[in-house]
Amino acid sequence: MTSLRFHIRFPENKIKEPIIYQIGHEYKVVTNVRRADVRETTGWMDLELTGETEEIERAIDGIRTKGCVVDPIELNVVE
Amino acid sequence: MSKMKALVCRECGKEYPPKAIHVCEMCFGPLEVKYNYDEIKSTISRKKIEQGPNSMWRYIDLLPVESTAIIGPHAGLTPLVRAKNLGAHLGIDELYIKNDTVNHPTLSFKDRVVSVALTRARELGFETVACASTGNLANSVAAHAAAAGMKCYVFIPADLEAAKVLGNLIYKPNVVEVEGNYDDVNRLCSEIAGEHGWAFVNINIRPYYAEGSKTLAFETVEQLGWRTPDQAVIPMASGSLLTKIWKGLHEMQALGLVDQVRTKINGAQAEGCSPIATAFKAGRDFFKPVKPKTIAKSLAIGNPADGYYALKATAESKGAMDAVTDEEVVEGIKLLAQTEGIFAETAGGVTIGVLCKLVKQGLIKKNDVTVAYITGNGLKTQEAVVDAVGRPFRIQPSLVNFQKTFKMGKNGGGES
Ligand SMILES: Cc1ncc(COP(=O)(O)O)c(C=O)c1O
Ligand SMILES: [Zn+2]
Repeated sequence: MTSLRFHIRFPENKIKEPIIYQIGHEYKVVTNVRRADVRETTGWMDLELTGETEEIERAIDGIRTKGCVVDPIELNVVE
Repeated sequence: MSKMKALVCRECGKEYPPKAIHVCEMCFGPLEVKYNYDEIKSTISRKKIEQGPNSMWRYIDLLPVESTAIIGPHAGLTPLVRAKNLGAHLGIDELYIKNDTVNHPTLSFKDRVVSVALTRARELGFETVACASTGNLANSVAAHAAAAGMKCYVFIPADLEAAKVLGNLIYKPNVVEVEGNYDDVNRLCSEIAGEHGWAFVNINIRPYYAEGSKTLAFETVEQLGWRTPDQAVIPMASGSLLTKIWKGLHEMQALGLVDQVRTKINGAQAEGCSPIATAFKAGRDFFKPVKPKTIAKSLAIGNPADGYYALKATAESKGAMDAVTDEEVVEGIKLLAQTEGIFAETAGGVTIGVLCKLVKQGLIKKNDVTVAYITGNGLKTQEAVVDAVGRPFRIQPSLVNFQKTFKMGKNGGGES
């Protein structure tokens, strides 16, 4: 089992969708939101996913396919 | 008691022992070093600092290391140049250039942060250091690791220019080209840092690494005769440098080394990658990530880790932010070279370009004591100015021909 931490951004038109709930159902990962800020036109959350590494990667692809932007918790580390 | 108290979460305030961790277990916020200022205050003084080594390590009392076995003992204490010509050109009386183009050993301000990071990494027991970088950071990590005899991994995107790759290979680190785009390299490095027992300088060692930037504030104040400047103009990539200069100024005040901090902190970016400056100008406390497209590659961070904190520091100081076009970057590089004889890389062009704008807008006033931070050397980014510097005069190997070309002496007339 692996746990990886991500920073996820929602575009304006996705803010109301229950994306994290869906991901928990569609993939074998445990979702754990630690911090979030959702406003009218922007939203982000810091999220931990726990599961097999490959399943986490599939879940991340799934979140991207739903229109969200996924970065590691550290944001950009290539300086 | 040690001068380092703990690592503390910048968001929820939870404290951790000062080990190689960088994210709060509770809220995932970033961690930062917290010091025992009472303890430091009882030993630090202007005199003690002035008698210290001729490097940034004269401020060791405010840096997060425990030993005196320093890696990179010559970093910092770069010249603070009184820029009379550039000041006159802009119409400001007291302008200074903090010249980190001559930092030791790899000619950028990154030598400061890397020196702290590797010293701390070794005292935490690491034998291998790593970083993900397209330029200055990789140069500095590879050079310091070579000198310290540490193993080194440098991760780069596979499409990086040959000249930049060579600048790293010379130190013989393990250079790993990752197939894929910036985001792929980024994600991989975050995952490797989580899985392997390495000191990733800008990931799990970042709380220590970032503190090295404070020395730019300390040195400026000491070199100004223990005064804080009225205005500071600082280039931003992740926003860490700006945030830490602000922190450093306040530490000096808290320790009684200066009376008050009256400095306005101003942030500079290139228009092709200006998430922080754009947010500031729109009056937002959050930024929108961007895909970078600018010649200022060393500042091209589209989703900056410290962007939020840079916005906060600038607002608290009542400073400003602005961005310049690539043409203005080139003009800035030329202006600094031709007025002060300092050849800066593109980040320096960004700083000078924004300095010009802030003066024009009246945000920096004629009698403000102003410091512009020039953080990297122009020899590293020559491609940015290659088409903008003109050509040499070409002459036949004859005295007559030379004198004619320059209209001088018996054959040319004019001055002799
Ligand atoms: C030459 C130069 N100046 C300034 C910066 C900005 O540093 P920061 O990421 O701390 O904002 C960098 C960082 O990569 C750099 O290479
Ligand atoms: Zn926290």
